[in-house]
Amino acid sequence: MDVEVLSRIQFAMTIMFHYLFPPLSIGLGLLMVLMEGLYLKTGDRQYHVMTKFWSRIFAANFAMGVATGIVMEFQFGTNWANYARFVGDVFGSALAAEGIFAFFLESGFLAVLVFGWDRVSPKMHFFATCMVSLGSIFSAVWIIIANSWMQTPAGHIIDPVQNRAVIVDFWALVFNPSSMVRLFHTLMGAFILGAFFVMSISAFYVLKNRHLDFAKKSFTIALIFGTTCSLIMMFSGDLQAREVGFHQPAKLAAFEGVFKTKPGPTGMYLFGWPDTENETVTGVEVPYLLTFLMYRDFKTPIMGLDRFRPEDRPPVKIPFMTYHLMIGLGGFFVGVTVLASFLLWRGTLFQTRWLMWVFVFAVIGAYVANQAGWVSAEVGRQPFIVYPKVVQRADGMFDMIGGMRTVDGLSNRKVVVAGQVLTSIILFTLVYILLFAVFIFVLNTKIQHGPDEPHPPKEPVPDGVPSGSTGSAGTDFLNAAATLVDRQGQTLASNEGENKKEEGR
Amino acid sequence: MDTTSLQMFWYILLGVLLAGYAILDGFDLGVGILHPLARDDRERRVMMNSIGPLWDGNEVWLVVFGGALFAAFPKAYAAAFSGLYLAFMLLLFCLIFRGVSMEFRSKRPEKLWRKFWDVAFCASSTLATFLFGVAVGNSMHGLPLGADGDFVSSVRLVQMLHPFPVCVGLFAVSAFALHGAIYLNMKTEGELHKRIRRWMWTCFWLFLFMYVVVTVFAVLAIPRATASFRNHPWAWIVVILNILAIANIPRAIYLGRPLRAFLTSACVIAAFTFLFGLALYPNLIVSSISPEYDLSIPKAASTEKTLGIMAIIAFLGMPFVLSYTAVIYWVFRGKVVLHDDSY
Ligand code: HDD
Ligand code: HEM
Ligand code: HEM
Repeated sequence: MDVEVLSRIQFAMTIMFHYLFPPLSIGLGLLMVLMEGLYLKTGDRQYHVMTKFWSRIFAANFAMGVATGIVMEFQFGTNWANYARFVGDVFGSALAAEGIFAFFLESGFLAVLVFGWDRVSPKMHFFATCMVSLGSIFSAVWIIIANSWMQTPAGHIIDPVQNRAVIVDFWALVFNPSSMVRLFHTLMGAFILGAFFVMSISAFYVLKNRHLDFAKKSFTIALIFGTTCSLIMMFSGDLQAREVGFHQPAKLAAFEGVFKTKPGPTGMYLFGWPDTENETVTGVEVPYLLTFLMYRDFKTPIMGLDRFRPEDRPPVKIPFMTYHLMIGLGGFFVGVTVLASFLLWRGTLFQTRWLMWVFVFAVIGAYVANQAGWVSAEVGRQPFIVYPKVVQRADGMFDMIGGMRTVDGLSNRKVVVAGQVLTSIILFTLVYILLFAVFIFVLNTKIQHGPDEPHPPKEPVPDGVPSGSTGSAGTDFLNAAATLVDRQGQTLASNEGENKKEEGR
Repeated sequence: MDTTSLQMFWYILLGVLLAGYAILDGFDLGVGILHPLARDDRERRVMMNSIGPLWDGNEVWLVVFGGALFAAFPKAYAAAFSGLYLAFMLLLFCLIFRGVSMEFRSKRPEKLWRKFWDVAFCASSTLATFLFGVAVGNSMHGLPLGADGDFVSSVRLVQMLHPFPVCVGLFAVSAFALHGAIYLNMKTEGELHKRIRRWMWTCFWLFLFMYVVVTVFAVLAIPRATASFRNHPWAWIVVILNILAIANIPRAIYLGRPLRAFLTSACVIAAFTFLFGLALYPNLIVSSISPEYDLSIPKAASTEKTLGIMAIIAFLGMPFVLSYTAVIYWVFRGKVVLHDDSY
């Protein structure tokens, strides 16, 4: 296989794997701020327990995010060296800013959040939680700005001698046409994921009749948050799609499967299957809808792919399917959360078992929607890695000026050869499968273990006693180790939750 | 600031970031290297938890170094990372395993599970350190940089393993192991602490031995190392201070001043980073093919505008970073105590 294909597969694989974790950090981070804030405000120990439980899951997720994020940072250099040379002047500063403003904040205060319960005052701890949440949002800010610049470049000129983009206006770069819209949309996507994650585990506890007070309170907070975000998402998605339509018309055409430009208003497929050979889509079409959503009228036609030179057209199948999947899921989230909110108000929510089961699994949909959105955005950007300027000529055809094609972004082919990339892909696959399995296993352990009880008898932990004299210490360790082993899976919380031992697995 | 001084500023700042990374992540890599010496589960947990709250923040220095290199000297970033492809991939796998092994290890009680993550933790820490050293050794040696600013061919892993880089790799392992032992000396107590003091001495002698080997090797075989002293005679001061600092490590240990020993070994690492930067100066990557192809600071740098913006970002951001790093080290000061939130 060619290096280009391989490098793209590797990039797609590693970023998609990375993107399993950050949205949960962002979403859950904010929910933890809400929970701990409620604890400080009401003094209800249940909220304290809640924050603590979710913070453990947060920590495991965070570790995965960090481990996979490092790969991303260096991959621009290893696989996309010419791209790195081309964009370094504009793109690099966003990455550096991300490190300085976001990652330090996040990783530093995470230590206090996870390990600092007994070391700092409750207020200081709350502050740390806020900082972790802020840090995770900041890391999204900078990376999304970098990505948006690739989608809708602004604030730079091309230096033809050195063949690189050179910054002229920093703020124009930061506030490029799509960055704020995209940031808003991705953050909402992350919030929805966080909310569905909390609801999933809480619904599971409700169904299994465990930790009921904890589960209901968690579910309620997440539901209110999730309903709000799902509704906002409709509005945000509309903004996002129109931004794409104006700046990346070829991408919009791919999303909606508009192969040919026809006079008059264009309809929109609710779902369908694009046939790229014959350039048709089979599916359910609502007339006028796309034109209306895009231009708020009933006459302007949407430009089809035939208005672009063949070498400038993105693939259609993948963006079409993933885009429709995302929107469908968006509708589904609004549906279930509104229904659940209604039942909550009626007071029958937690007795509606089928709906609880839906929530147990709906979180998978939230992951899928986030991934699908990115796949549409990135595949729809093809064949460009830095999107060109799009200009419509008098005859209605579009010219694509400047930018950088994905093929031209690769590392020098003498240096990075297919065999090497293939090797690294195989290794990444193996390592990521292993990590994912382990992550799920650990997550399951934590879920099965459940939260601690709200009023723990605070006794010293057996293995928390600093070892004193040398002689007896050895046997102490053995005892401690033995206690650890027979508490299966409770090694973390070995002083609390005695009464739940039977649930230890 | 004009273009040249901005470029110089970023060259130095990259050095600072690299030194910061080597000092901070140096001790937690060192703890990883020494980890198998722990005798039982509790000791292993103590060792891991000594770095538990800190390692991630330390690693961010590397991430920021990468981002800053990308932004300030994109051509160096592109050439080095694509040229040393597989070595970097290997390093990435090490960093992945290191991070997750700490997070996952104590989450399950099964012996095999813990053993697996213990091995992963030690192996990845050791290999990552070794690779850092090999990379430094190869940079001193020169890399096959061609006329177009890229390597002339891909560099295989085995091709990187010349005797000199291997020596530097081993030297790095010994230096971080020593640094880690000195750190553990501050964080532990009881029986483990006693043994750590013994490891500390062993590490010190190993380190001293490797130091002599690498120095002699560099003087004999690496013209660049000696040339930098001819051009900058004042650099001898750093060498002398460095030797004094090295000598101060056993003294501080002997006098029972753990913090002082730690700070001294941090200075030693900083001095080595400095000497490395000086040997490369005024280049980021030196070509083993022809000096004409060297990737010098002006050749590799971004525009003045970008360097200026990033300088502002750094000036705004670094005070925050340093102050909350200090706060966090303060919060987690003192001996390790295991409790229910620990790894
Ligand atoms: C929970 C997640 C989620 C949900 C329910 C939706 N989205 Fe989305 N969408 C994302 C999560 C997401 C994302 C992962 O955040 C993306 C990927 C790239 C981006 O900017 O955001 C995205 C991208 C994305 C793009 C492409 C942006 C580009 O190519 O530049 C469009 C046009 C939309 N979305 C539109 C919508 C619409 C009309 C929705 C209907 C409700 C919708 N999204 C729901
Ligand atoms: C700032 C963040 C991001 C940057 C800078 C970025 C950049 C890139 C680059 C350089 C490529 C390789 C060239 C190509 O094949 O198009 C790519 C492809 C891709 N990215 Fe992104 N990406 C970002 C975020 C994401 C996220 C979060 C996801 C999804 C989880 C994602 C999904 C993909 C996919 C699926 C491809 C493969 C597209 C294809 O091969 O056709 N990207 N992106
Ligand atoms: C290709 C683009 C990307 C690169 C180069 C990248 C880089 C990184 C790096 C190096 C880390 C580890 C930081 C540490 O050591 O603490 C990380 C973690 C993180 N990244 Fe990414 N990232 C990318 C895409 C994204 C996207 C698109 C988002 C969000 C929208 C994101 C959000 C985060 C967050 C929140 C973390 C913290 C860890 C976690 O919460 O799981 N990243 N990323």
